[in-house]
Amino acid sequence: MSVEFRKDLFADERDDDLNEVGKPTRRQDILGHVTGRSPFFDDHRFDGMLHIRCVRSPYHHARIRNIDTSRAETMPGVVRIMRGADVPVNLNTLLSLLDFGKDDEPVLAVDKVAYKGEPVLAIIAESEAQAHDAVNAVRVDYEELPHVLDVEEAIKPGAPSVNLTYPNNKFEFYGGTDKQKLRFGDVETGFARADYIVEGRYQMAPIEQAPIEPNGAIALPETNDRWACYTSTQGLFFTLGTAAKLLDVSSSRLHFIGGTVGGGFGGKVDGLCEPLAILGAMLTGRPVRYVLDRAEEMQVSAPRSAEVWYIKDGLASDGRIIARQFTGYFDSGAYTRLTSYGVVKCTGHLPGPYTIPNVQSDLYCVYTNRTPATAMRGFGVTGADFAIERHMDKGARAVGMGPLEFRLINAYRDGDMKAHRRLAGNCALIESIQAAAARANYPLTSEYMQMSSSQGGGGERAQIPATRLQDGSELPAGTRRIAAADHAPGLIPQVGVDVPVSGKPSTSATPAAPAPAQAQTQFAASPAMRGYGASSLGQSAPPPAPPPPAATPAAEASPPPAAKPQGSPGPRYSRYSKIGNRRR
Amino acid sequence: MAQLPLQFRLNGSDVAVFADEADNLLSVLRGKVGDLTPKFGCGQGGCGACMVSVDGKTVLSCVTLAQNVQGRDVESLAGLSGEQLDPLQTAFMDGFAAQCGYCTPGMIVAARALLRRNPNPDRDDIVEAISDNLCRCTGYEPIIDAIQLVAAQERGTRA
Repeated sequence: MSVEFRKDLFADERDDDLNEVGKPTRRQDILGHVTGRSPFFDDHRFDGMLHIRCVRSPYHHARIRNIDTSRAETMPGVVRIMRGADVPVNLNTLLSLLDFGKDDEPVLAVDKVAYKGEPVLAIIAESEAQAHDAVNAVRVDYEELPHVLDVEEAIKPGAPSVNLTYPNNKFEFYGGTDKQKLRFGDVETGFARADYIVEGRYQMAPIEQAPIEPNGAIALPETNDRWACYTSTQGLFFTLGTAAKLLDVSSSRLHFIGGTVGGGFGGKVDGLCEPLAILGAMLTGRPVRYVLDRAEEMQVSAPRSAEVWYIKDGLASDGRIIARQFTGYFDSGAYTRLTSYGVVKCTGHLPGPYTIPNVQSDLYCVYTNRTPATAMRGFGVTGADFAIERHMDKGARAVGMGPLEFRLINAYRDGDMKAHRRLAGNCALIESIQAAAARANYPLTSEYMQMSSSQGGGGERAQIPATRLQDGSELPAGTRRIAAADHAPGLIPQVGVDVPVSGKPSTSATPAAPAPAQAQTQFAASPAMRGYGASSLGQSAPPPAPPPPAATPAAEASPPPAAKPQGSPGPRYSRYSKIGNRRR
Repeated sequence: MAQLPLQFRLNGSDVAVFADEADNLLSVLRGKVGDLTPKFGCGQGGCGACMVSVDGKTVLSCVTLAQNVQGRDVESLAGLSGEQLDPLQTAFMDGFAAQCGYCTPGMIVAARALLRRNPNPDRDDIVEAISDNLCRCTGYEPIIDAIQLVAAQERGTRA
């Protein structure tokens, strides 16, 4: 496989001192992989090891009236049957470890089940086959409830309440708002001025990670009043923290052994097996193994959420996008898991890599009676990008341009203001499109081949426009952040998807002179949040910016036609400073 | 269920265990013999992580009744390398043909079986030979390249 390096691009902005990138290397764990000796969790065997199988809901939504385990208890090999009441803290939400969201999901369902396959009982037996037989001998008396499997149905009045923690079937973001909002400029004004309006609806199905190794764990008592847990988890300490909370023990009493994961892709962060395996070891004093079979892996382990998107663009006849409005619904399934985080991450990603002076977005994390959704390869971005890029093609057709030319005109340039009020830096979309076009023999005229990410950005395109709020009020141009007391919650997403790109300290707080350093100081991610993923989920907002001076120029930023890039290049950034900034 | 005596050769050594009539070969290899190189992926013959060869022919051990290998020669990944690695193992290491490593044992068993029966495979033959083995990490290309490289090396050695 050959990799092409385009070191001619941005050569003056890069230390060409990468020693490993671009050269073949061996993985440090590869010898174990090719000899079959890498220690996956299931490659550990213990004397007297017991096995868990779960009794699962056959209904999308039902009340549990009665559970009769009398026959199962007498089945051969059955050692213990665990119910919700046996779980010390039988309600959790994964991101409670980051103080995001309310506890909404039991380990074992007690009063009702909210999706097909939800675990109700965990049976521990001497062999997997005996546990399986005992599962079939349990009688659960269910009263089926009306269910809802579609996000748009789920938020209609009168829809069944899927998740009792969020009875309106919508997650509550910071400040209690039922949607994650993004407001930049005024889309209505933009639509009124547009030559074309282009609307579209897009949807994406839930997608299973399908690792070849299923989710699983083996737990056993250690001699020092601790429990060991061999696990397939992708997030060792995240899952340890989850288990410690659910089992109400200090995390120092759990000894997790993992890191060799047979494929994860996001599907092994939910801690589906570890808490029950450890609880089983606590209750029986023996090693306990709990592994999902392939059918459970497909039906019960969490996929990426399904998404439904509505996008409306206002286009000028020269190809500029002057307004873009999003409404999106993420299908969280019955419980929150990580979909709420995906929504926040997505909001920071909008409106795609394009400079648009008026952007509005309302994203909802919706509960339905489907399998809970979670992390999966770019979740929060993949579905949005699918919708955005389909919509870009549609927009290009509407204005009679080629799809690449349309993207080139609208692409971020260095120094442009993004809709979430940070300056774009290290842009390379233009160069990527040019390189792809050349490879595909797509004829771009010289006007488009001469475009550059480092030209034409900044200046007027760096302005924050006056922003219309839903209550009719207006934020003055240049407003970067609103004091917590007087802003509609969630107006500006508190996400940190972009690490500040320059190390220059801020001395000025005058919004009229859009310097990158300002945004950086004010949006610096809370240090406590850096441990999880690439972005901040922090509630600890940095101090609010001082109010902008009255003299702030009204920046109804209309970007100049890209065909005539303006002279001022705007603020410059070091393109690779994210990796390490040895020059400073 | 009745436990029946079961004898076969595994990677050249005699093995004797008691196994249920319904036990599959994978669970006997992993649980009773202690060969952990074949992996459990799906338990239904769909992924190839459990692949071993029986009398030189590849089988999916999770859907092979253990009693069916009575008296036969079973070879797993553990049998491919002794003091020295199989050239396929080296090529997989150098060519980044494994990421998580879970499909790798079955993949290498399938590749070695191919090169034994067809020392001169073209790319399509290789794709066909590993079509029972799912890999979710690599996208297959590095695996196919590694097998092709070893085929060429071994042809060169013989010539």
